[in-house]
Amino acid sequence: MRVDLSWIDYLIMIIYFLFVLGIGWFLRKFMKNANAFLEAGRSMPAWVAGLAFISTNLGALEVMGMTASGMKYGMLTTHFYWIGAIPAMIFLALFMMPFYYGSKARSVPEFLKLRYDEKTRALNAILFAVMTVLASGISMYALALLMEKVLGWNFDLSLWISALIVLGYTYLGGLSSAIYNEVLQFFIIVIGLLPLVFLALKDVGGWVGLKAQLAPIATSRGFAPETFTSTWSHTGSAASNPLGVEWYGILFGLGFVLSFGYWCTNFLIVQRAFAAESKAAARKVPLIGALPKMFIPFLIIVPGIIALALSHDPGKGFIIPPDASGGLNYNLTIIMLLKQYLPAGVLGLGITALLASFMSGMAGNVSAFNTVWTYDIYQSYMRPRTGDEEADGKHYLKVGRITTIVGILLSIASAYVAGKFGNIMDFLQTIFSLINAPLFAVIFLGMFWKRTTGHAAFWGLLMGFLLALVHHGLTIPAGATSLVKGGWIATLHTYPVEMAQNFWTAIIAFVVSTTVTVGLTLVTKQKKSDVELTGLVYALTPRTLDDKDLKWYQRPIGLAILVGVIFLILTIMFW
Amino acid sequence: MVDIRIPIGLMFSIVGVLITGFGFFTMSNTEMYHKSLGINVNIIMGLLMLVFGLIFLFFAFRKKKKA
Repeated sequence: MRVDLSWIDYLIMIIYFLFVLGIGWFLRKFMKNANAFLEAGRSMPAWVAGLAFISTNLGALEVMGMTASGMKYGMLTTHFYWIGAIPAMIFLALFMMPFYYGSKARSVPEFLKLRYDEKTRALNAILFAVMTVLASGISMYALALLMEKVLGWNFDLSLWISALIVLGYTYLGGLSSAIYNEVLQFFIIVIGLLPLVFLALKDVGGWVGLKAQLAPIATSRGFAPETFTSTWSHTGSAASNPLGVEWYGILFGLGFVLSFGYWCTNFLIVQRAFAAESKAAARKVPLIGALPKMFIPFLIIVPGIIALALSHDPGKGFIIPPDASGGLNYNLTIIMLLKQYLPAGVLGLGITALLASFMSGMAGNVSAFNTVWTYDIYQSYMRPRTGDEEADGKHYLKVGRITTIVGILLSIASAYVAGKFGNIMDFLQTIFSLINAPLFAVIFLGMFWKRTTGHAAFWGLLMGFLLALVHHGLTIPAGATSLVKGGWIATLHTYPVEMAQNFWTAIIAFVVSTTVTVGLTLVTKQKKSDVELTGLVYALTPRTLDDKDLKWYQRPIGLAILVGVIFLILTIMFW
Repeated sequence: MVDIRIPIGLMFSIVGVLITGFGFFTMSNTEMYHKSLGINVNIIMGLLMLVFGLIFLFFAFRKKKKA
């Protein structure tokens, strides 16, 4: 399973490293205060922030995981990119961004503080900070492991070098550097994986040939012949598709709760839009991101589907190595495909694309952690602003820089913990991923119902999180061997697949959170006056848009319609 | 601040030239390109990257001149 790289491959990687560090170096002199370092001075053009928006999401675990899912579930995986992303991104752009951006909040926790109260902010800020460190640690571990196994690189060395490069450019140029590099990384990911898609597709005889090869595989597993190459056709019942979820589970679980929770409230992503230069630009950010997002499945999911066909064709000599428990190590799918098709030269480009995806995800986590720590924890509870803006700006810049180093060291530590106690880390990540669905409920109610109170929001957030945890503790996916997957309290219900359990956990978190927030709002008193809530709540905000003089395709609504139409065409084409 | 199109354009142009050159250099090596179905993907991708990089540089410098 070893992949041997030649000098040209290493040379391409080194050029890439020099450029990402170089961008940080050029930006360092613009980092005069905390505002420039942590918010990119709110000066990013919409297209830059939009591509960064999507690039942050395209981390290493996403690329590896989605190719793996393509091999496991076929085209059904595209639900994560179409129904599970596009409606939420349009909603964020058109309906939520005016309040997020208009509120002048510097982070999602700070928005909670402005709209609700201090305790709601504290709860969210702390959970979020822990989650980002865990996430970047786990992806760092996965990357270093991949490099060790496949390229034969030293584990510690690849871990430290990749972390130090990210540290280098985020320390020098802060959020601006992270965002600019994400744009560069986005193009590298696309161009680096492009030859793979073309060659693999050509090898299996195009889409038609692929369909023909997958039909017998589907029928041998008891599915209809076209299951792996369709998206909605075989979702009539959970048993008729490999995802194990029926259409309404996909629609409500993924298309609503999970996707709105992720895209509309995850500060890691939303921060890119906060950095935009104007409200109109901020509203366009998610839509500009949505355009490439819809086509990324062809880059990372389709190769996974092709891998499924290849692995059933002995003549191709394509093998996915087994993992520790003897099953297929699906995470290696992408790199095995690179090895299969790419000769020296473009191979280096493909490996660089993987490194770029890792860095874009990690820098996203680091810059979001930075902002939340410096503004929502340090500035709020440890050293409040003094009033001297100049001195404060310098002080928080220094803190932001130190936080970058500390954040990366914590990520490295959690990468080693992940290596030693992988199960515990998976478990923690599952737990912390439960914060998104309740958060969406609370922010949504806050933006569109002016009565929603701070006490209600706090308890809604907490109860949604805790009950989702209880649900995870009481249910288990079929065939689970460890308590990490659930059932650590007792086993009351068994789901056919893990995906179904995830969907239902999120749905419960959302429903509980909404119910508690609405219920408590009715019995508690609103402490915020209408004046305080202006700009934060729909009914109290004058609807003035700053896009009147733009052409239709430059306006958020024009872009939203374009995105919606392409989304519908893709959905129907691959129905 | 910094126009991100310049570093993107530069990097893609440099890597594009490099990969194209490598592709020409290894053109006779049929064994190496057996993997990629006999196609010299280095030349194709290299030229593609070069064009992509030059387009970015063109737009970056055109804007600079205007300003």
